[in-house]
Amino acid sequence: MMQLLTAQSVASFPVLNALIIVPVVGALVVVLLPNSRPELMRPVGAIFAAIAGAFSLYVMAEFSVQDPGFQLQSIQSWIPSLGINWHVGVDGISLWLVVLTGLITPIVLIAVDPHHDPKPYTAWLLLLQAGSFGAFLALDLFLFFVMFEIVLVPMYMLIGGWGYDDRRYAATKFFLYTMAGSALMLVAIISVATLSSGGQDITFNVIELAQRQALSTNTARLCFLAFVLAFVIKVPVVPVHTWLPDAHTQAPTAGSVVLAAVMLKLGTYGLLRFGLYLFPEASVWAAPTLATLGVIGVIYGAIVATMQKDLKRLVAYSSVAHMGFIVLGIFAFTTQSLEGGVLQMINHGLSTGALFLMVGMLYERRKTRAISELSGIQSAAPIFAGFFTVAMLSSIGVPGLNGFVGEFLVLIGSYETRRWWTVIAATGVILAALYLLWAYQRVFHGEPTADDEKTADLSLKEGLVLTPFLVGIVFLGVYPKPLLERIEPAVNNLISHLEDHSDYVQPDPGAPVVVERDHGSKDDH
Amino acid sequence: MGSLQLVGFVGPSVNWWALLPQIILLGAALAVLLVSALAPQRASTVFTTVTTLCAALTSFVVALGLWSDVKADGPSSSIASAFGVDGFSIFFTVLILIGLATTALLSHGYLDREEMDPPEFHALLLCSAAGAIVMASANDLIVMFLGLEALSIGIYVMIAMHHRRSEARESAIKYFVLGAFSSAFLLYGIALTYGATGSTNLVHIRSYLDAVVFQDQHLLMAAMALLLVGLSFKVAAAPFHFWAPDVYQGAPSPVTGWMASIAKAAGFAALLRIFFAAFASHDVDWAPIVGALAVITLVIGSVMAILQTDIKRMLAFSSVSHAGYVLVAVHSASATGTSAALFYLFTYTLMVLGSFAIVGAMGPDDEHPLSRYTGLGRSRPVIAIGFTVLLLAQAGIPTTSGFIAKFQVIAAAVESESYFIAGVSMVTAVIGAFMYLRIVMAMYVVDEGEEGPRPIWHWTTSVVVLAAVGFTIIVGLVPQFLIEFARDAVPVLVRG
Repeated sequence: MMQLLTAQSVASFPVLNALIIVPVVGALVVVLLPNSRPELMRPVGAIFAAIAGAFSLYVMAEFSVQDPGFQLQSIQSWIPSLGINWHVGVDGISLWLVVLTGLITPIVLIAVDPHHDPKPYTAWLLLLQAGSFGAFLALDLFLFFVMFEIVLVPMYMLIGGWGYDDRRYAATKFFLYTMAGSALMLVAIISVATLSSGGQDITFNVIELAQRQALSTNTARLCFLAFVLAFVIKVPVVPVHTWLPDAHTQAPTAGSVVLAAVMLKLGTYGLLRFGLYLFPEASVWAAPTLATLGVIGVIYGAIVATMQKDLKRLVAYSSVAHMGFIVLGIFAFTTQSLEGGVLQMINHGLSTGALFLMVGMLYERRKTRAISELSGIQSAAPIFAGFFTVAMLSSIGVPGLNGFVGEFLVLIGSYETRRWWTVIAATGVILAALYLLWAYQRVFHGEPTADDEKTADLSLKEGLVLTPFLVGIVFLGVYPKPLLERIEPAVNNLISHLEDHSDYVQPDPGAPVVVERDHGSKDDH
Repeated sequence: MGSLQLVGFVGPSVNWWALLPQIILLGAALAVLLVSALAPQRASTVFTTVTTLCAALTSFVVALGLWSDVKADGPSSSIASAFGVDGFSIFFTVLILIGLATTALLSHGYLDREEMDPPEFHALLLCSAAGAIVMASANDLIVMFLGLEALSIGIYVMIAMHHRRSEARESAIKYFVLGAFSSAFLLYGIALTYGATGSTNLVHIRSYLDAVVFQDQHLLMAAMALLLVGLSFKVAAAPFHFWAPDVYQGAPSPVTGWMASIAKAAGFAALLRIFFAAFASHDVDWAPIVGALAVITLVIGSVMAILQTDIKRMLAFSSVSHAGYVLVAVHSASATGTSAALFYLFTYTLMVLGSFAIVGAMGPDDEHPLSRYTGLGRSRPVIAIGFTVLLLAQAGIPTTSGFIAKFQVIAAAVESESYFIAGVSMVTAVIGAFMYLRIVMAMYVVDEGEEGPRPIWHWTTSVVVLAAVGFTIIVGLVPQFLIEFARDAVPVLVRG
């Protein structure tokens, strides 16, 4: 561990390694704290998580805006006889996910009281942060797999240890579903590395493997499918989404927030980083199918969300719909759609994270999440209702808030290459307004019962905890440029990589759309 | 007249130095028995345990000396090429000695608790370990068979020594009958090998098979099949695994750990030496069969494991499925595959010894229901986290040695282009994970106010568990040293 921190040659401070190591050290420190001081656990853990968060902000500051490649890279030899290195780096696609991970974990640690066993709770959350950082930063396939799989253990423990009634079932289902997905990915990882080596030393270096493109078309497609299976389960894409509502509903609030804000992004991030980048030809080949699945997710998630009786389950299904948008954006292969997809990952983290936090707060007050048992909360807790409204509107995609920017970019970008998919997905925006507003109406409007009237409004601490989410939601809705200008070079780089290694050519934005519109209008006459 | 013949007899040269590890163990066994027979009162458990540990340690030092010899001068063999001294034999010697020391420590508290006779138990354990070393080092099928019998007979008696429990005796009889049966298969295979190649010596067999092309190789095929069946019994590979759950369940827990780790490792040592080293030129004949066995073993081991309710039976089936992973590595018939198998066996041995250490300490051996572990995470958090690490390692979760081991096995399968087998082994890993998660779930997911068990804990158990968990995590994070050790330990057949 010390070696990773000190053995740096040129680059100044190995901040990316520190990102992964600080939470691990924090977890160890928390474990060593005396059991007689349970009140110390969460603050100490939050300090370490916040240090990691500060490092992630430092990464953001150090990040050079126009550089499309991987920055702040650090390579250490790890298992030389298997060709495995500790290789981390950040680019415009992973940067904001890293920042999101860095900021969400300390907030969650401060915000949510586990009620029992604070020591393991804090330690698992810190390990979850470390693993998520590792997965977003890994540029070595082996390291990525290690991180991708290791995050299952803390989340499993959080759901199992601090979840609700059906937590055994939900935790096991979550673990096995995700593990089953990644099982074949390991075979594919080894196959890619072995078959690309071509007699040379075997390497798991993502950049090098992406440049080599040494696999035959069919092999590459099979390996791509194995990767995709792992990622679509994680996203989750319909029809392999069934673990998500259970896991979200049974998980403690902290688990739900991190699961929605960070862990689901491992799937979409994996599709971008390892699907498109390693297998450009296969991605283009499979794009229609995957975009279709994404659109099905948008519609299906929205319809099922409308039917939900449980507020948390409703938010969980809205995740399925939102993640479907991101998948559509990824497999539309245009600059705007990919930018929108990456931005929407952040947006979803903010809006859904905030919604899960607030549903958790509501549950703390009322010990129920059933929509039918709640009504008229607005009159009892107006500030709470106000916060909820903003997060909800962001989730719906109302202009002026962040959700609109992301969805708009996805739709406008996808329209050029996947017109009919986009048309159908756009109706998902309307459905989102339907289920969220309807739920809001039932829970917050109407006549409050005696119980509802006693519902306490937000405390100062809860308000402070939610404020960063709301600031992010409004800021990104009004001024998304700082994010987009860092995302765009990496996205363009990825698209030109796609164009180099497949027969795909990005349509010239603007011109073809106008021409086709003219054709359309002529037909109408 | 007899004296005249003896004059003409020139015995083969014996490299006593190479035999020293097992001689030390046998000497310690005799010493334990003699002292306990001659001393006015029964020898104490402390005395026998310390003797066994000292013997293991001395033997270990000798093995390290042999290792540096092999590194400097290359592999050799002794007693008319019947006994090999190469990286492979020393790798297994080290592994068996670690298992011996661990089992001695575990039996320490157990023998006292269950009022069993310590000197006899330790003498048998030492003999059994010596037999395992002979089996792993033998370059001759007959010598290998002798090692196997020494290993097995010791285990038969150790299982039965718990004379107050009828289950233990039942297990012993079951293991004995099936073990004898499998030995018969093995012997018949040795006889047919002799018929096909004219020798029982692996060095001769190798050079004969390399030089001769058979017009009709039915005899050799039958020999290979019988050898494979005999050894599959010993390593508990499906469909020859039926004894394993019953015997593991009935045997005293330290003996179960010994069977699941060292008896299996020695069986695989013999398998690798015979098939990978001696029958190397015929790998197209045996590799597909080993691959089929691997698939069957993986599927049966993982599926049956999730149907069990008794922890010992769960771990028995999980050890069946682990045999499947090693078979996947053997199937690839390459140096990579063999070193993957060795790495797997080394890490698996420590995981399984640590697991059975905890199982044995949790309570009497009559039954091991899952409910015994309910709430352990709260009442004994350190033990629970240790057990969790060992179980997740067996499930192949990253940052544990089990993941690196599985990774290498899959890599070996991919390298030999057995993608189907690689896929099957990963899918069965997921099925198997369900069983490990059930145990973890029992320890951690408890209802409000539920109190966990507080098992009586002997300090030797803590030492073993701590060492096993530490090793599992360290190898999971920095596996390079063990990978290199396993690479240097690929078996070599040298005429001596």
